[in-house]
Amino acid sequence: MQRFAELLDSLAFQPARNGKLRLMTDYMRSAPDPDRGYALAALTGTLELPNAKPALLRGFGTQRLGETLFMLSYDYVGDLAETLALIWEPADAVGVGHNRPPPSLSEVVETLRQASKRETPQLLERWLDALDATGRWALLKLVTGALRVGVSARLAKQAAADLGKVEIDVVEEVWHTLEPPYQALFDWLEGRAPRPDPGAAPVFRPVMLATALEDSDLAGLDPKAYCAEWKWDGIRVQLVAGPGYHRIFSRAADEAASAFPDIVEAMDFNAVLDGELLVAHPTDDGSVRVAPFNDLQQRLNRKQTTAKLMQEHPAHVRLYDALMIDGEDLRALPFDDRRARLEAWYAARPRPRLDLSPLVPFDSWDELAAVRAGTREAGIEGLMLKRRDSPYVAGRPKGPWFKWKRSALTVDCVLMYAQRGHGKRSSFYSDYTFGCWRPIEGGTPELVPVGKAYFGFTDAELMKLDKWVRDHTTNRFGPVREVAPGLVLEIAFDSVHRSTRHKSGVAMRFPRVHRIRWDKPPAEADALATLERMIVD
Amino acid sequence: MNVSPSPTDPRSWLTTTPKGLYCVPGGFFVDPAWPVEKAVVTHGHGDHARPGHGAVLATRETIEIIKVRLGAESIGSLQGVGYGETTRIGEVDVRLIPAGHILGSAQVVLDWRGARIVISGDFKRRSDPTCPPFEPMPCDVFVTEATFALPVFRHPPDLHEIARLLGSLRTFPDRTHLVGVYALGKCQRVIRLLRAAGYDRRIWLHGGLMAMCELYQRHGVEFGDIAAVNDAGPIRRNDLFQHETFKNAIVLCPPSALSDRWTRRFSEPLPVAASGWMRVRARARQRGVELPLVISDHADWDELLQTVRDVQPKMVWVTHGREDALVHQVQAMGIGAEALHLAGRDEEES
Repeated sequence: MQRFAELLDSLAFQPARNGKLRLMTDYMRSAPDPDRGYALAALTGTLELPNAKPALLRGFGTQRLGETLFMLSYDYVGDLAETLALIWEPADAVGVGHNRPPPSLSEVVETLRQASKRETPQLLERWLDALDATGRWALLKLVTGALRVGVSARLAKQAAADLGKVEIDVVEEVWHTLEPPYQALFDWLEGRAPRPDPGAAPVFRPVMLATALEDSDLAGLDPKAYCAEWKWDGIRVQLVAGPGYHRIFSRAADEAASAFPDIVEAMDFNAVLDGELLVAHPTDDGSVRVAPFNDLQQRLNRKQTTAKLMQEHPAHVRLYDALMIDGEDLRALPFDDRRARLEAWYAARPRPRLDLSPLVPFDSWDELAAVRAGTREAGIEGLMLKRRDSPYVAGRPKGPWFKWKRSALTVDCVLMYAQRGHGKRSSFYSDYTFGCWRPIEGGTPELVPVGKAYFGFTDAELMKLDKWVRDHTTNRFGPVREVAPGLVLEIAFDSVHRSTRHKSGVAMRFPRVHRIRWDKPPAEADALATLERMIVD
Repeated sequence: MNVSPSPTDPRSWLTTTPKGLYCVPGGFFVDPAWPVEKAVVTHGHGDHARPGHGAVLATRETIEIIKVRLGAESIGSLQGVGYGETTRIGEVDVRLIPAGHILGSAQVVLDWRGARIVISGDFKRRSDPTCPPFEPMPCDVFVTEATFALPVFRHPPDLHEIARLLGSLRTFPDRTHLVGVYALGKCQRVIRLLRAAGYDRRIWLHGGLMAMCELYQRHGVEFGDIAAVNDAGPIRRNDLFQHETFKNAIVLCPPSALSDRWTRRFSEPLPVAASGWMRVRARARQRGVELPLVISDHADWDELLQTVRDVQPKMVWVTHGREDALVHQVQAMGIGAEALHLAGRDEEES
């Protein structure tokens, strides 16, 4: 527990992604089993423990200190778990039992899982007596829910991948077959056992991503080698279904099925399918009319949904690829063949709430460019180009898949700083500085600020952004807060120019928050180089 | 309000004024916040030792510190005394005894017609290799600081914190560990603690820290290999224009320099702060440090209460800090307690 506590403590103060990774990898390299497995579970949010209520903590505090001193302390510290951790003194400091060794993380986890509700307070008291302040803080964070140390599940998995010197996608693919304390994972990562086999299990398969197409790319591409599809303005999802299981994964491998029972209902198949989650309304001719992304947002970031929401904003998945059908892994096949299998599979039994993303026929790039010019009016984000002979591979290889967005320039940036606004917005963090990734030779990329924006979102979104900023603040400079890199803002802008006044060397014209990508992992935000290639000076 | 002073009424002979604590039968102030004719100064920190007084009595070490920091000409006359020596000022016997806070720091013992008031100044109880330990002195009234007077402030063992710094140096071997320390006291204590933990490599110092270290050295405090950053010699830079010399080095600097442009010469500096405030996460985050070390030159909650028990006063007066909690707790111990609400104390560098 003490080692884990020190890890959490260091993570909470470490702002840099690579710094956090190093701390976690160092810990996993040296901590014993099964402690490190439970630590990984806690960091990835898969550790399920009985929760201790704030009232219990407050009760402990007033019992130890009396109401006055406890409230003065709590007022000063501002965080209940931290206050209790700091004020706690072993009840028998001078008596017997003082030298009890502090519990290990696995002792805490395994004991709590077995314990009845009635036993939990006594167990906590015993452990609090044996731990130091950092240990007590970590224990109380663990049993009260959120750790809030600025580590996403993805980042913790990345640290595990770093430990075994494997790609995170490979970890991601086996992740859902594993359970805390992840012994099989560590055995594989440390070379003692083969990679766990995901087989046909209902697990997430790493998705294939497209790179942004720049005008200069087209000249080198043969139009006959590519298919075109519409680029839908929704959320990329992977549908995984088979006998007795239905799962909907986001591209970051988060599960979303519980929020979309209307889609689950249509998943009476045995396949792994790739598509776009949309809100779409049925029309008289049997097709559907896609609603704006905003409508889809009403359905996102919820654990559960309501009948009313499902009726107002019916969910729909537009399919464009098949990874597995009836137990057969299709990923090694060329795109054309996978597409044919997908079409045949769908034709055999069309399902409501699912349809196929149609191919867009074209003979030349000029012809396709004309089609693209109309996408803005059609409310479509642009086009996707997929090489006909490309297998389905994880990650973002350059060449097989391109996204060719409609003409407004957009770039996915990571929120870095937020500043309080003025007037009506004076209590809100409403002015945002965002950055793009810049590679560092021999290191993990760093974020460099590329611009500032303070409009493009609704008041309701501002409330959420403000809360996010406050929850993820890592540093304060007067009215400015620095936040942990965790939120992707899709920034739309008119043009981008070179600038000697900015650290990044670029300046955007008329940037605005085009969309808040709550769903997008920050590591997948764009690189500075992407922005630099858009410069038209 | 001109009540004639009486030894049975401590408030009548040690009064609070806008300039600070005033001893009526002695005709002097203790640690006044404004220029006065006669002052007794507990220690050399800027919020206790100020320029402009007509005459100052302090320990010999404190007098030297005042000369270096403020200049001898900033004060009319300076009188240095040794610990335990008695000096009569007006009708009052004044003695300075160790407070354990920094080099030269003292408590002021005032004896007047059989009554005794002890003014602790800033103090701590744990051992500090750079100054003699706090000496508990039984008294009628104990005037105490309350910088860390909340049960949340329990400073862990110093060497535990130093071990965390050395651990971070191993985890991030490419980064310069930049430790924000107050120039007088904290700096020298951290160096001595690093040496006690077995760290024998050169410790680099911001130029602003050198004068006080030299003063400590003149008083026999050994620091091993220390050097000013500016004396690092010819600059070797890597491709990020950072000074290779400071890779994996420990550099001490004033807290205000932690985020200064001055830090650009270092290799990915990792900001560290050594202060009692680092015990509370929100305070540590405000400072923007990546490694908060809880190393304080002030008494923590337990030390404050232990000290009250040790000196057995009839009454405790609380000068500056979190007075509410300490007053509450001392009263709960059956001892009278009240807050003095003195102005002009700086709590930041503790």
